[in-house]
Amino acid sequence: MTRTLWDSSVGKKTVMAVSGLIMLLYLVVHMIGNLKIFFGAGEFNHYAHWLRTVGEPFMHYEWTLWLVRIVLVAAVVAHATSAYQLSRRDIKARPAKYVHKKARSSYATRTMRWGGIILALFIVWHLLDLTTGTAHPGGFQPGHPYQNVIDTFSTWYGDVVYIVAMLALGLHIRHGFWSAAQTLGVGNATRDRVLKTVANVLALLLTAGFIAVPVGVMTGVVS
Amino acid sequence: MTSYAAYTTGEPVADTKAPEGPVNERWDKRRFEAKLVNPANRRKHTVIVVGTGLAGGSAGATLAEQGYHVVQFCYQDSPRRAHSIAAQGGINAAKNYRNDGDSVHRLFYDTVKGGDFRARESNVHRLAQISVEIIDQCVAQGVPFAREYGGLLDTRSFGGVQVSRTFYARGQTGQQLLLGAYQALSRQIAAGNIEMHARTEMLDLVVVDGKARGIVARDLITGKIDTYFADAVVLASGGYGNVFYLSTNAMNSNATAVWRAHRRGAYFANPCFTQIHPTCIPRTGDHQSKLTLMSESLRNDGRIWVPKAKGDTRPAGEIPEDERDYYLERIYPSFGNLVPRDIASRAAKNVCDEGRGVGPGGQGVYLDFADAIRRMGRKAVEEKYGNLFDMYARITAENPYETPMRIYPAVHYTMGGLWVDYDLSTTIPGLFAIGEANFSDHGANRLGASALMQGLADGYFVLPSTINDYLARNPHHDEVSAEHPAVREVLAETDDRLARLLAVDGDRTPDSFHRELGELMWEFCGMARTEEGLRKALDRIPQIRDEFWRRIKVPGTGEEFNQSLEKANRIVDYIELAELMCLDALHRAESCGGHFREESQTPDGEAARVDEEFSYAAAWEFTATGEAPTLHKEDLVFEYVHPTQRSYA
Amino acid sequence: MKLTLRVWRQKNADAEGAMSTYDVDGISQDMSFLEMLDTLNEELILKGDDPVAFDHDCREGICGACSLVINGDAHGPERTTTCQLHMRSFNDGDTIDIEPWRASAFPVVKDLVVDRTAFDRIIQAGGYISAPTGAAPEAHSTPVPKPDADFAFEHAECIGCGACVAACPNGSAMLFTSAKVNHLNVLPQGAPERETRVLDMVGQMDAEGFGGCTLTGECATACPKGIPLPSIAAMNKEWLRATRKVKRA
Repeated sequence: MTRTLWDSSVGKKTVMAVSGLIMLLYLVVHMIGNLKIFFGAGEFNHYAHWLRTVGEPFMHYEWTLWLVRIVLVAAVVAHATSAYQLSRRDIKARPAKYVHKKARSSYATRTMRWGGIILALFIVWHLLDLTTGTAHPGGFQPGHPYQNVIDTFSTWYGDVVYIVAMLALGLHIRHGFWSAAQTLGVGNATRDRVLKTVANVLALLLTAGFIAVPVGVMTGVVS
Repeated sequence: MTSYAAYTTGEPVADTKAPEGPVNERWDKRRFEAKLVNPANRRKHTVIVVGTGLAGGSAGATLAEQGYHVVQFCYQDSPRRAHSIAAQGGINAAKNYRNDGDSVHRLFYDTVKGGDFRARESNVHRLAQISVEIIDQCVAQGVPFAREYGGLLDTRSFGGVQVSRTFYARGQTGQQLLLGAYQALSRQIAAGNIEMHARTEMLDLVVVDGKARGIVARDLITGKIDTYFADAVVLASGGYGNVFYLSTNAMNSNATAVWRAHRRGAYFANPCFTQIHPTCIPRTGDHQSKLTLMSESLRNDGRIWVPKAKGDTRPAGEIPEDERDYYLERIYPSFGNLVPRDIASRAAKNVCDEGRGVGPGGQGVYLDFADAIRRMGRKAVEEKYGNLFDMYARITAENPYETPMRIYPAVHYTMGGLWVDYDLSTTIPGLFAIGEANFSDHGANRLGASALMQGLADGYFVLPSTINDYLARNPHHDEVSAEHPAVREVLAETDDRLARLLAVDGDRTPDSFHRELGELMWEFCGMARTEEGLRKALDRIPQIRDEFWRRIKVPGTGEEFNQSLEKANRIVDYIELAELMCLDALHRAESCGGHFREESQTPDGEAARVDEEFSYAAAWEFTATGEAPTLHKEDLVFEYVHPTQRSYA
Repeated sequence: MKLTLRVWRQKNADAEGAMSTYDVDGISQDMSFLEMLDTLNEELILKGDDPVAFDHDCREGICGACSLVINGDAHGPERTTTCQLHMRSFNDGDTIDIEPWRASAFPVVKDLVVDRTAFDRIIQAGGYISAPTGAAPEAHSTPVPKPDADFAFEHAECIGCGACVAACPNGSAMLFTSAKVNHLNVLPQGAPERETRVLDMVGQMDAEGFGGCTLTGECATACPKGIPLPSIAAMNKEWLRATRKVKRA
């Protein structure tokens, strides 16, 4: 079955849909966690620490977190690899362009590929900035995520990169969620409106929820 | 050189294959008497099938299922595009699912009568018998026929009958049946049992030692001309309605395969029996390249009328009820709008000739759904005929829900074709003709929804049984050599013909000749024919031929994709066939079915048959281009359905 | 009407192609688009030029032969086949761009004619019900619920023209393939081959070099027969179901 999945364009789309939904689920949790920043450094830092101790005493310190990280990395790799291979197939299938050009399909559909690349680059920066601290502006303080977040969003480029990426994320989810539903065969004519609404609501909530943090820092609500 | 009209009469021709005995037992008897080919030996036999429509597609698939090696051809880019796909209304079958008194015998009776007693009883009865199996076969293949809420098949009525025996798939029955056959064909292609040559057109027949042994065909992409050999050749290349230039046939449907076979010795029967379909969209101007049919099923609910007064130019909506003439309902009260096609067409022509036609040039009559919409509601009408109404609106830019449709008769089908016996064998041993390409089952007029029935009956059931007998009796153990003089001759003739077409380099396009020929045929050999007109046409056709060979201009070369060359080559054959059609129409000095000779009509203007003189099928034998052919008569014997003056009043 | 046409001209599959410009005059509103091209070709022949090659046959919107991209739209501005498009959809003085279907699985044969045999091979891979002639049971032995029959019909309407592929930015044949899969898989007669059909047809579709589906919806917008976009989701469901059910080496 694995081979059938991976050898087929429909199978690869399934891989993309499932990995995308895993990441989407993670993002919902991540976004809710982020909002704790509006309740002060104590609560936010406590939440960050709790992430490392989830599952104790059954799990050792950070085991759960690593487990989540492994699943996420697998999802990202699967998603990106399928996307790359499918895109190559798509481009090869349509080598000659029409002379008469037309603006086609919705913005979100057309920007899936570029949006995906933007998001991939963003994830790298995001990890280097707030997880490892390698690319953090000012001094990165492990165990003090509240301050680290404020540092990042106190720079203009930190805000710009983050907000642009979150807008890309919104568009990506808007088409991606609906698209995943089609790939998994959930979509049909009667359900179409429901699925599109859910996709739009998810995209909007996640984008707004994530962008609230830099906006909060910029406006001084979070300091 | 003798005058073309001075034909000679040769020996009569007779069907020797239909067994004696009660008509309902003949098919079983024939199948039992026919020799069989051992299944293990079948793959050693190659059968060529030309065409992939309902007849060719179903025959190719079935022969391949039986184990024969099939080599199949179509000029289209895919076998799925054969013109059977355009049939709209439905397919008849004597299932009697409606419990309305239908039976095999009634379908047999209706078809013989509908054909105005010019068809062979044995063949028609077999067709009616097989009709029920066709529906079973198609349902098993997944053809999505219309169904009722109980999940069972729905039927509707068609012209010329008083039972509801027409199975349909909305207005696309031909498409669905053809795709069924195409899918069966595809299965056999995938299994390696059929070698499919799409975009390859048959240009001639290879006859070796008096038997059909192959064809010459041109690859339409590369222009390469090749010979293909087989133990038997089946022509399923359709009808010749395109002789008229404007018809409901596909643009590329052509008569080359049957005409070339005729030139090689196959008799051509009843060429003047052409069907003019009453409900087509009228032409809009000289640019018109083809005509579009509106399904006969529309006559179930639409009412046909013209103004009572001559030259009434008021819009339809402003003509009050008592100033309208629902002429079919008036003249034929018991069948009303559902009279057979030939009668409906002629009636439309008559009212237009009286000056009561509507629309541009007065060449049209109204087909009005106002009553149906009032009675059933717009929604029900939409459900039943929506796609046809849309098509009409797209072509005419008029809304048929609000203003009545305008319709006019157009050439639609040809009952004539290659003469075949009960086994569907032509007069050349090893050459079979099925579907519209043969002349067999419809006599002088075909009933609606019977073409699909005949195509599939021939392809799925009749030919696969009868061809066994020929192959068993003629085991060709020898391969035909490409060096055989007969092969080299036919190849050289084909090369020469195409080379000549390219060499003329004149000043007229192929279409201009086709249009001229078509207009001549429509005028003199169309809905009504006279001796004077036919003689005029017979004088004019040789002149057109002469002019064609002096003035035709075909650009490009023969070694490439060249649509002008394809067209020009088809016109060569149309011109010769047109001549034979006119001669056949001239010699048959009676009216019957679609062949209406003005000299032969009843006092109230109906077709008057002359059974004492013309109760035969006219099978013509080719002599030479422009030379008088030889007539062979096949006497028609009616043991079960006794010829009467057809009455639909 | 007077029009300027810019038409893709390409001598054969191996030759380079380019757009050529032609002026046509005396075009009637009632002409079909193909009759307009006939007019151009008549002029070209008399001038001794090579007429424009294009596929066409029934000219009543059902055979699926005609296949032109007109001003960037497969089959032009109306939702119909090219042969059913009429010149009243254009204005006097318009410039019209005419190009062939573009997809690597549909190589150009000449001018506006492309090779669509890839579609035939997809059908050959499983787009049928194995019902040899003569083996059929009585038609009424298996009733088919009307909604299923209607669903099958809606998908069976596909004419195989390839507009879906031409319109898709990925050159994907998902709509074509799904139409046949859905037509046959919903019927009780198609059930025995339900799994192999969808797996084999999708496999062949991939092998032909068609692109994947990114659900842009262009295909369904271009489809002259209105095969709906959810058709693709329905096929995906069939495919996943088949993948689970069929154990393959």
